[in-house]
Amino acid sequence: MTYAEAVRDALREEMRRDPSVFVLGEDVARFGGCFGVTGNLWTEFGEDRVRDTPISETAIIGTAVGAAATGMRPVAEIMFCDFLTVCMDQLVNQAAKMRYMFGGKARLPIVVRSPIGGGICAAAQHSQSLEAWFAHIPGLKVAMPSNPADAKGLLISAIRDDNPVMFFEHKVLYSSKGPVPEGSYTIPLGKACVKREGSDVTVVATSIMVNHAVAAAADLEKDGISVEVVDPRTLVPLDEDTILASVRKTGRVAIAHEAVARCGFGAEVAAIIAEKAAGSLKAPIIRVGAKAVPVPFSPVLEQFVLPGKADITGAVRKVMAA
Amino acid sequence: MFRQMVRIRAFETRVGELFAQGKIPGFVHLYIGEEATAVGVCSNLKPSDYITSTHRGHGHCLAKGGDMKAMMAELFGRKSGYCKGKGGSMHIADVDIGILGANGIVGGGLTVAAGAALSAKMRGTDQVTVCFFGDGASNQTTFHEGLNIASIWNLPVVYVCENNLYGISMHQSRHQKVADVADRAGAYGIPGVTVDGNDVMAVYEAAKEAIGRARAGDGPTLLECKTYRWKGHFEGDPTLYRSVEELEEWKRRCPILAFNGRLLEMEALSPEEAASIQSGAEAEVEDAVKCAAESPFPSPEEALEDLFA
Ligand SMILES: Cc1ncc(C[n+]2csc(CCOP(=O)(O)OP(=O)(O)O)c2C)c(N)n1
Repeated sequence: MTYAEAVRDALREEMRRDPSVFVLGEDVARFGGCFGVTGNLWTEFGEDRVRDTPISETAIIGTAVGAAATGMRPVAEIMFCDFLTVCMDQLVNQAAKMRYMFGGKARLPIVVRSPIGGGICAAAQHSQSLEAWFAHIPGLKVAMPSNPADAKGLLISAIRDDNPVMFFEHKVLYSSKGPVPEGSYTIPLGKACVKREGSDVTVVATSIMVNHAVAAAADLEKDGISVEVVDPRTLVPLDEDTILASVRKTGRVAIAHEAVARCGFGAEVAAIIAEKAAGSLKAPIIRVGAKAVPVPFSPVLEQFVLPGKADITGAVRKVMAA
Repeated sequence: MFRQMVRIRAFETRVGELFAQGKIPGFVHLYIGEEATAVGVCSNLKPSDYITSTHRGHGHCLAKGGDMKAMMAELFGRKSGYCKGKGGSMHIADVDIGILGANGIVGGGLTVAAGAALSAKMRGTDQVTVCFFGDGASNQTTFHEGLNIASIWNLPVVYVCENNLYGISMHQSRHQKVADVADRAGAYGIPGVTVDGNDVMAVYEAAKEAIGRARAGDGPTLLECKTYRWKGHFEGDPTLYRSVEELEEWKRRCPILAFNGRLLEMEALSPEEAASIQSGAEAEVEDAVKCAAESPFPSPEEALEDLFA
């Protein structure tokens, strides 16, 4: 099953189970979603529960907030994560704060699904990875599945969660395939996954970089370097224990994400390791991320700006040499 | 105007073919069928005037005097392109001739246009700004906020809604209650005008009046041009959300054929001249394609340039 189908499977399972779950977003019904994720869900659930909206991101998130506060479980799609900037107030000042400001007296079970990432020459306004912005805001949870099975299990958890969850899907991963269990199952938010065990270096990677890290690890093994790949799967809540346990075992760390390295989530992971496991470090921590420019259009420029397998391999060699 | 419409059609048709052949990366949104709007409006503009454009911006760019070679090179991701390969189809701009950029964010230009108009007013020039946007974009907050601020400050801006009936798959009747976007002008106390966007003369006349008003200091106008996009939302869109009959009906109302017919009738153009304009446009496009294909890609390190002034 592809990653896109796994997401759709999760939506279908939850919509069947719970009549308060509904999907809203631009072109999600008849068109089936810009990346085909919502497919033909509308034929099963009707246009009431798979709801096409006008091009009005502020209203999409705002109505989700109102609907969630009053008993529904909206799953909103924002076509590209870049357009989340259009509805920042509704996410940051309304969704993230309402329960807290009301003294715990509201529940906001909202999921905001949005594709992240570059790699398809979609240029600067359609290629960003903005997850760190949301991880910075108390009151929002952030999930970033790296494979189909995780996408399904995490999305079901996200829908059942009574809080706003930002659910970031990588657009290049949509067509990637992997085994996905049938029926309903959950992967808890806040539980990392060790994608590959190793003893020399820990690579903490998110989203598509997990796949690059696993591929890099296979190459490095030929040179006798044993890499452990840890995928946090959710940035908020973050499974610090799994990351720290791995670091204590290997003593060397590289952190990889596609977002710009500066002020990226990697800085947070590095700080946590420095605060809590500095004693076990045998080498300085290295971060791998995009260069601090917008993602350019031309393929030669885009490849240069975005990190890939080679950057992880290089980072691992560097921490090994240090 | 006829020549400009034919150039746009030739450019877009060729871009569609090149995209299908995998020669153009990313995605492209073609303007075929809507040529009368850009041409009718921009034919009233001076080089010093401004436009803001959309994700479907090639037609606006050509009509405002954009360089076809630099456009094609940009679509190919080459160094000689308008944005040195950094922008692609959705971000073409030429600030020197007042093209303040295509935009990947729907509705992104509506407030920016108000700002350009404010600047012209504050600098005491007679420059006018035209803001192109779609029916879909007219539901964005920026539409309401942009028109409101432009109206209270009496800014020299013309808001041109290209109502091609769809925002991706959403028919206009499903995304807004009003049949005419121009009706919304009433909410901002400015004139709202609806014209047949496939009739280049009608667009020209309406735009002339609106631009004249703006230039004279009489404030903004909302001009709605009713038209239709022949191709999918983007190249590769199977367009399952609309009928073949609907498309055929609109193709019969081709803005170029209609104008051609009218010019022949008026004896302002001979069939030979029309044919030579057509072949001239095709040759110009081929030349642009050749230049683009032959020009080099940027070097990777150039990705780090141009971030700050
Ligand atoms: C803020 C934002 N939301 C959504 C999109 C995705 N998108 C790109 S074009 C488009 C449809 C625009 O429709 P309209 O304004 O009518 O222009 P048309 O495509 O018909 O020319 C959408 C939804 C976007 N680029 N930006």
